[in-house]
Amino acid sequence: MYEALCLSALQEGESAYVTGVNAGPAMDRRLTDLGLVRGTRVTCVLRSPAGDPCAYLIRGALIALRRTDAEGITLERQAQAVPAEAVTT
Amino acid sequence: MRRVALAGNPNVGKSTLFNALTGLRQHTGNWAGKTVATARGEYTFEGEEYQLVDLPGTYSLTAHSQEEAVARDYIKSGQADGVVVVCDATCLERNLILVLQVLELTGKVLVCVNLLDEAERLGVKVDLSALSEELGVPVVGTAAGRQEGLNDLKAAIARLVERDAPAASRREPQERVTLAERYAAQVVRSEKADRRRRQQKLDRLLTSKSTGIPIMLLLLGLVVWLTVAGANGPSALLTELFARLGNVLEGWLANAPAWLSGMLLDGVYRVTAWVVAVMLPPMAIFFPLFTLLEDLGYLPRVAFVMDHAFQKCRTCGKQCLTMCMSIGCNACGVTGCRIIDSPRERLIAILTSSLVPCNGKFPTLIALITLFFVGGRSGLLASVQGAALLLGTLVLGVAGTLACSRLLSATVLKGMPSSFALELPPFRKPRVGEVIVRSVLDRTLFVLGRAVAVAAPAGAVIWLMANVTVGDATLLAHCTGFLDSFARLFGLDGVILMAFLLGWPANEIVLPVMLMAYLATGSLVEFDDLTALGRLLTQHGWTWRTAVCTMLFSLFHWPCSTTCLTIYKETGSVRWTALAIALPTALGLGLCLCVSALTRVLGMP
Repeated sequence: MYEALCLSALQEGESAYVTGVNAGPAMDRRLTDLGLVRGTRVTCVLRSPAGDPCAYLIRGALIALRRTDAEGITLERQAQAVPAEAVTT
Repeated sequence: MRRVALAGNPNVGKSTLFNALTGLRQHTGNWAGKTVATARGEYTFEGEEYQLVDLPGTYSLTAHSQEEAVARDYIKSGQADGVVVVCDATCLERNLILVLQVLELTGKVLVCVNLLDEAERLGVKVDLSALSEELGVPVVGTAAGRQEGLNDLKAAIARLVERDAPAASRREPQERVTLAERYAAQVVRSEKADRRRRQQKLDRLLTSKSTGIPIMLLLLGLVVWLTVAGANGPSALLTELFARLGNVLEGWLANAPAWLSGMLLDGVYRVTAWVVAVMLPPMAIFFPLFTLLEDLGYLPRVAFVMDHAFQKCRTCGKQCLTMCMSIGCNACGVTGCRIIDSPRERLIAILTSSLVPCNGKFPTLIALITLFFVGGRSGLLASVQGAALLLGTLVLGVAGTLACSRLLSATVLKGMPSSFALELPPFRKPRVGEVIVRSVLDRTLFVLGRAVAVAAPAGAVIWLMANVTVGDATLLAHCTGFLDSFARLFGLDGVILMAFLLGWPANEIVLPVMLMAYLATGSLVEFDDLTALGRLLTQHGWTWRTAVCTMLFSLFHWPCSTTCLTIYKETGSVRWTALAIALPTALGLGLCLCVSALTRVLGMP
């Protein structure tokens, strides 16, 4: 079952896969630097006292993002088969 | 001499590695024309001299921030005979993205997988030879905190500078990430997740809704209490020691002219001795404790917990980190603002940096709290009470920072918060020995040295002002008399305001100057216990209102001269520096005016 959602809606302890990054040019670039691109598995690990920001496990690192930024990242519950051309060396 | 650059992500132990390799043979400064710190250091290996250039820690080399531009330009320029990319073994996949980027600029790369000890504790194993095969460059494993693998690293660097290799072809960002993922899948084995689970449990405890904020206040309170309670004994001891030394000096200067011995002994010596005796013990306790929390990785958690408040003020969450640095020393906090990328948010952080009390204000605040609000008692209960009030003062400083940040965001520095991503590095076992050495050498002695350097000449100036008579009174008396009626409007008096003015070089000398002026003896008299000090202040008309206003003004007034200079250097603008002086002063005067007016209207004594 495919369910589309955005990163800010991810509950604590839940994981999903990135389908699109659209959080503004500067943030997109930074997220790419951190390894957050299409197909990356993201887990919501911590919620701050106010519920915003949240900390996500991205490629082994714990990264805190604000809700407004996380809203620009779309996810799906299941990993799609990675297209072959994305694995070129 | 061979030159080797050190590159890497932030928080990978690059500085620890740099320190371990070069020891004390290092020099720090700024990159030419940039507000980016640089460190260079030397070491000798098998008779050959090597110079290490510590590049700023970055996540990428796309040149979108000053740090990235510096790192990228340096690697591209070919000034180095080789580049060592330091990686965090616990988070190799992300680190490999930077390795791949560096490989596109130069082929002379050595990958140093650091923090192997941390990785082992987390059950992560890295196959170094397989990684070397995949990347096509040498790979060395180290645990710099434990001094492990350093010789292998030096040997590998020696081989690296000899070898010649072409750069890789350019890849798309997405391609790099995919490749890093593939390599990591091949060389990293993760076994027991227990440790990680324990880390997450700790993280949850420190940041959750019910426990995050109470634990934060408790920890800060504990640090403050240890500082307050622990500093008393050593301070008294130092005061006594300096008094004896003063007697010896008096003997030596017995034959000197009265004005000379007066200026040197009563001016320079007494003020300097006071500053050292009052300042050194709290700093020697506070800085190591604070560095310990920093080393543990707690500060990013504080920024995480506090971020919502900063977001509401339309500023960067990293401002919380620079604010914490300001508690140690405002000037350090101003330099620390470099970690904030957005120029608007960096300026706000710089302008509000002096709104939290630095270590130099602690002694004055502690003395006034003890005298007027704890009743001059001593003992456990009193020290807890004193620490709680000092914590309250700190919280007021944080509130002031948030309020002023919001005000700036709505007026001269209009704008919405820029996006930000804050890494929460894993908790690391603090290296207690290194923490103490580092905090005492780098921070305590550095700040103390600076305070002494300004206290000595200030002592001479103050002595002169208190002893040079013009007309019927001393210079100091003229000045305090002139300021008196203005100061009384704000619940202060002329002497207090004058003391803050003369204390511009260093906040530590505010209280001694006040005493000198009240006693009008022209020299600082020692107080063996606080009771005598309290009696003197009440004799000069101090009430609890005076104490509250003095504390408020001590908390919020112009930054010290060092901080002002640092602000000017960082902003390059006289106008922003002027605002950084005007903002806290206006806030302090405003609050004092409110307190003094309100209490008078309500008919309080």
